[in-house]
Amino acid sequence: MDAVLDALTSLEGFRPAEPGEFTRRTFENGRIDLTEAEGLADLIEAETESQRKAALALAEGGLKKQVVAWQDQLLALSAEAERAIDYDEDDERLDTALQRACGGLAGELCEWLDRPRVERLKGGVRVVVAGPPNAGKSSLLNAIAGEERAIVTDIPGTTRDHIEVPLSLGGLPILLTDTAGLRDSDERVEAIGVERAGRLIEAADVLIWLGEPNEAPDQVRTIKIHAKSDLPNRGAAPEGSLAVSSTTGAGIAELLDRIKADARTLLPAEDAIALNRRQAAHLAEASEALAEAAVAEDVVLVAEHLRQARGAFDRLTGRAGVEDLLDALFSRFCLGK
Amino acid sequence: MLDVLVIGAGHAGCEAAAAAARRGARVGLLTFRAEDAGQMSCNPSIGGVGKGHLVRELDVFDGLMARAADHAAIHRRMLNRSKGPAVWGPRVQADRKLYRAAVDGLLRETGVEIIVAEAIRLIINGGRISGIDTGDGMLRSRAVVIATGTFLDARMFCGEQVIEGGRRGGRASIALAEQIRGVGLGQGRLKTGTPPRLDGRTIDWARLEEQPGDSEKWTMSVLGDGSRRPQVRCAIARTNARTHEIIEANFDRSPLFAGAIEGRGPRYCPSIEDKVRRFADRDAHQIFLEPEGLGDHLVYPNGISTSLPSDVQDEFVRTVAGLERVTIVRPGYAVEYEFVDPRRLNQSLEVRDLPGLFLAGQINGTTGYEEAAAQGLVAGLNAAAAALDLEEVRFDRRSSYIGVMIDDLTLQGVTEPYRMMTARAEHRLVLRADNATTRLGEVALAGGCVSERRRRQIEGHFSNRSSASWGETGEGRADALYRPYLERQEREWAIVRRDLSVWIPASLDYATVPGLSNEMIERLRSARPETLDQASRVPGVTPAALSALYVAVTRRIAA
Repeated sequence: MDAVLDALTSLEGFRPAEPGEFTRRTFENGRIDLTEAEGLADLIEAETESQRKAALALAEGGLKKQVVAWQDQLLALSAEAERAIDYDEDDERLDTALQRACGGLAGELCEWLDRPRVERLKGGVRVVVAGPPNAGKSSLLNAIAGEERAIVTDIPGTTRDHIEVPLSLGGLPILLTDTAGLRDSDERVEAIGVERAGRLIEAADVLIWLGEPNEAPDQVRTIKIHAKSDLPNRGAAPEGSLAVSSTTGAGIAELLDRIKADARTLLPAEDAIALNRRQAAHLAEASEALAEAAVAEDVVLVAEHLRQARGAFDRLTGRAGVEDLLDALFSRFCLGK
Repeated sequence: MLDVLVIGAGHAGCEAAAAAARRGARVGLLTFRAEDAGQMSCNPSIGGVGKGHLVRELDVFDGLMARAADHAAIHRRMLNRSKGPAVWGPRVQADRKLYRAAVDGLLRETGVEIIVAEAIRLIINGGRISGIDTGDGMLRSRAVVIATGTFLDARMFCGEQVIEGGRRGGRASIALAEQIRGVGLGQGRLKTGTPPRLDGRTIDWARLEEQPGDSEKWTMSVLGDGSRRPQVRCAIARTNARTHEIIEANFDRSPLFAGAIEGRGPRYCPSIEDKVRRFADRDAHQIFLEPEGLGDHLVYPNGISTSLPSDVQDEFVRTVAGLERVTIVRPGYAVEYEFVDPRRLNQSLEVRDLPGLFLAGQINGTTGYEEAAAQGLVAGLNAAAAALDLEEVRFDRRSSYIGVMIDDLTLQGVTEPYRMMTARAEHRLVLRADNATTRLGEVALAGGCVSERRRRQIEGHFSNRSSASWGETGEGRADALYRPYLERQEREWAIVRRDLSVWIPASLDYATVPGLSNEMIERLRSARPETLDQASRVPGVTPAALSALYVAVTRRIAA
């Protein structure tokens, strides 16, 4: 392979491509749109199987096909509004069917916006292990991760800040985070850690709580753990808690199953197209514009809102918005992938 | 020695001549016949949705059309009245004779010299226009405006009959057409049609649905004196299954389908043959019966343009309820004519490769009097600028429909006759028929092309705008209605303007810009946009090509 590359680069008129150059040219020539280019970038960065599948779906034009279908519908609605303006000799009243169709399309877009986004797929579902000091958090993290990642000692307050471990659990991307034990502390570094733990808990997708069950922070998905269950004085797990021992491994398999089950509800379905933040923002613009068109009182305003919706789709596919385009795409490729 | 020579006294030619004269040029207007000035070849109405906007904008510059229309108005209707004010379209039906007399009168006031002659050849010296040859002698001029309408190598088709000429009773300009082709400006042929003219005395009006005119007093021109002519009644008739049967049975006798006419016709005002063929499931098409003038028995049936043979026309027209006993005074016909690719023009309508030559009107591929007249204004103002070394007058699509049209024509070209519609204007909410003075008053004053009376009207308008009672005027209320939408648009456009206001050097060779595909290079070379903003509208230009261009141009500036 190297020999071939050497031979080629020594020829007149040949040079190695720069990072992302092929993709960029393909995009410039209009052969792929922005969503497909983003898919390619995702594909290059993919680390898990589900990330790869999602990226492939995007790169192969999965979102583009859907967007084209929406654009066709939108164009038909726009055409009807324009016809009512420029070719209406009889000065007819606004057609309610047109506005209902606008509302229907807005609703369809909203459904898409409610689906799990791709960021969790790329960054991992945020599983945060929290509780008071010395509850067994770091040991549990090591047991789950299957290797020594956190520093475990008997001294409370050992984890000063937080540790993040990206994992693949059964193909699902997880970001497992150990946090500083929650307690009031005079010691500054520890206090900062505690504060950060609080924020991590808030931002968690799944919370693994090792403290008193009734002291668990309010989180949608909480798995209450009765840790160190192998120790004699621990007794049985209370109702609603899972008995786990990092030392013996008891309960770990069940814990992993529960984490996976929660994660699946948060991740895009296997064959679904997941939107990224940029794409979701534009889709939301389009949806809002359509919702406004559905209730506008004058066909001129309906037409105006439909025009805005068309613009949002153009920005989604990269057909419009010169600056957005430069930001969205080329900076990623400049990272050397 | 003339400053500006205008060829053709149609709607474009008259406006061009008058506009140039208002800027102080010595103007000659060439025509086959003196009485052609102000002739309405087809539909006797002025205005409508989009078209009406053009007329109001033309009026701000003291154009002729609006005032002539008011002078001759025998039926007025504000279209789209039930919709938002942005799309209200003032439309006036004019008495043909009164309209022509009005244009003639207004022209004479300007001091334009009418020259009855044929333009045989353009005289070109050192790559610049220097006049024309009439066959009888040379006419020297610093700038020439070609506004020949549908006369360039025109042919009329009526069934199997083919006559040379651009209008019934009019000749064709053949020699000039050859030269234009020879200079490389020709692009192709387009067609437009006209319906038969009916004798109104043989129409059974009582059985037809009346279309009343507006009782409200509005005028096309803001200087309109509001004096009312007697108004005529218009009516609506409908074709039926029997009508369509006859037309279908005669498709093979229609030059349209028999292949004799090569030019492309408009999608939107097609002949009745087209309508019957394309919309075969429709069982009726509307016909608007419009009397052509006071004391004139001619009626124009809007909606049945045709080039079927006259015997077929007799037959199918008489199947329409109310028209059973009608006499056709003149059969309908199709005209096929040569046009020029308007991408060869810059935004002043000057031919880029031949300075001093301006083209205006249907020759640029448009259809409609209003479109022609507005182009005439642009060409006339700028021909005077070229001849007298004055500032150019430019129109922007953000502030006028005239701007939309010029931009569309010069950047995208035409593949079918271009007709104005509000759908073409992304700034439709700003470009209303009622606020033309607000949008263009300052440009008109700066152009030095308006009368004293107009100047006072414009200045008065601006002081009204700053008065306390402005909010209660129609325009004031419409402004308030659209304000939230406009603010949002402004934000959108501010970003675009910042990015794209960069000028592209005329000497830029697109082949040297890295990142442009061959196809993109070709498109940009044909369109020759002057700014990145214009480049963004060249069909098929991708955003990435645009950013490549941006980088190349700004680097050159920095270098």
